Amino acid sequence: MSAVANIPPQFEIVDRPLDTQMTISMGPQHPSTHGVLRLELVLDGEMVVKATPDIGYLHTGMEKLFEYRKYQQGIVITDRMDYLNPLGNNLAYVMAVEKLLQIEIPERAQTIRVMMCELQRIASHLVWLGTHALDIGAMTVFFYTFREREKIMNLIEAASGGRLTPSYFRVGGLMMDLPAGFERRVQQFQNDFPKAVDEFHTLVTGNRIFQKRTQGVGYISAEDAIDWGLSGPILRGSGVELDVRRANPYTSYETYDFEIPVEHDGDVWARYLVRMREMRESHKIVQQAVSRLKPGPVKADAPKVVLPDREAMKTHMDALIHHFLLVAEGVDVPPGEVYHPIEASKGELGVYIKSTGGPKPARVHFRGPSFVNLSALPHMSRGCMVADIVAIIGSLDIVLGEIDR
Amino acid sequence: MSEPQQPDNSIRPEVKDQQTPSQIAAALQRQHPEWVSEVIEALGEATIIVPRERIAEVCEWLKTSPDHEFNFLSDVCGFDRGPEEEPRFEVNYHLFSTTKHHRLRLKVLLNEEDVHVPTVTGVWRTANWHERETYDLFGVIFDGHPDLRRILLPDDWQGHALRKDFPLRGYEPYSLT
Repeated sequence: MSAVANIPPQFEIVDRPLDTQMTISMGPQHPSTHGVLRLELVLDGEMVVKATPDIGYLHTGMEKLFEYRKYQQGIVITDRMDYLNPLGNNLAYVMAVEKLLQIEIPERAQTIRVMMCELQRIASHLVWLGTHALDIGAMTVFFYTFREREKIMNLIEAASGGRLTPSYFRVGGLMMDLPAGFERRVQQFQNDFPKAVDEFHTLVTGNRIFQKRTQGVGYISAEDAIDWGLSGPILRGSGVELDVRRANPYTSYETYDFEIPVEHDGDVWARYLVRMREMRESHKIVQQAVSRLKPGPVKADAPKVVLPDREAMKTHMDALIHHFLLVAEGVDVPPGEVYHPIEASKGELGVYIKSTGGPKPARVHFRGPSFVNLSALPHMSRGCMVADIVAIIGSLDIVLGEIDR
Repeated sequence: MSEPQQPDNSIRPEVKDQQTPSQIAAALQRQHPEWVSEVIEALGEATIIVPRERIAEVCEWLKTSPDHEFNFLSDVCGFDRGPEEEPRFEVNYHLFSTTKHHRLRLKVLLNEEDVHVPTVTGVWRTANWHERETYDLFGVIFDGHPDLRRILLPDDWQGHALRKDFPLRGYEPYSLT
């Protein structure tokens, strides 16, 4: 019995000289847990016997909020889930609603969606690279990646007005067309970016410390990766060639020419290589999308779903009525249910929407890739060192906003 | 760089050896009619409503059957139709095949008095956290689950937050202290 009566039994200090195991709590304020994640580590000396993630510190009840908001209002909630890949979240959500409404969006809007999503994927991977290297001890990389990311953030800001919370994609198309001269700015970024990736390779790839810290660490086999539901770069790092953009194409991804990078080692190093190659592939897709941009409408011709043109609203009676009804009452979505998966920067992002009719959804559920990828951490971290945990979490590329929702 | 092709606006083009959702549903109905309560096809997706006690068997069969190979569980999520509805709860299983790239949704319906479903953690280990989340937010109990604890909300939380009769702001202000 402890001397103080109100100490719970698990916190009692017991002197057991032969029992070398120790339980420590890593987080929720640990800098390398990328947010507020707590790991309960059972250690035997420096060795991890068991790592149990404890999540929920950022839970804000977003899925409950959706049920009390109109479909259009839900878009801004999606921005705040995976805050490093908000355009991907927007895309998954609006495409699910578009599927329920069965509307087609114009070609230019699709091309812009592809272009912006791939830019966002590069930005997300840049944050991953910077923080992953920072966790392992290479601080300089962070400054170089954030310099490049800033250029993408400026592009997203120019298009949508927001940096981290763009809400650029709307049901039926885009918020508005790209600003004048946007293609030129994207082209400028495109011209500089391959040199930047070369720079990252010079900084990190040949670094012997980085290689020692990542090779053979956090191994997961292809069968286990599928069994644990892993997706995205982690699954491809285990040798499974799977990409939702190829498997179930959306937004005309089937017409783009790109490769799916695959590595077979299944460790932190393999995931690093996959993401580095993915940045080049995304760069390729952006280039193709820019060359396809042709003038045209960016909103579907569906007056009961899409807000009318500002000018038309001022001169046409029916546009004014539609605008008023859309804002005041929302979109009447027919009953039904859809699950729409996309390839977000971290893996398969699926949106399940159940509609029972009317302007508000009955249920919106997000299958966050980070949520599923983190659940395999206990499997990957058995028998590794405490310092390896930091490398493994970095390679999972988790965002707690999406895990806790 | 190659000349870009003309974009195809179809959202879901055909992939080789991929089965349409209706083909999968028909095959299941033909081979195991007792496993299928109802098939709903809408918006290019098929939903198979499965008797509650059969769900683990159906999942195991769909995973191992060479025609389907649903080796990847994308998602499990619950839905509350409302306190006055009977059956009240739905549990949706979104299946995917990493080899054939087709998808399927299985659905289980539950009454409010008896919210028990057999777990599918024995079929796919990824079901562990999905089922914990569904338990946490809807109160659906997965029989045989190895570690059925709350996952997003604190352990001492009262009620299940995504049920329709749970108020948006909770019953009382929550404090961690």
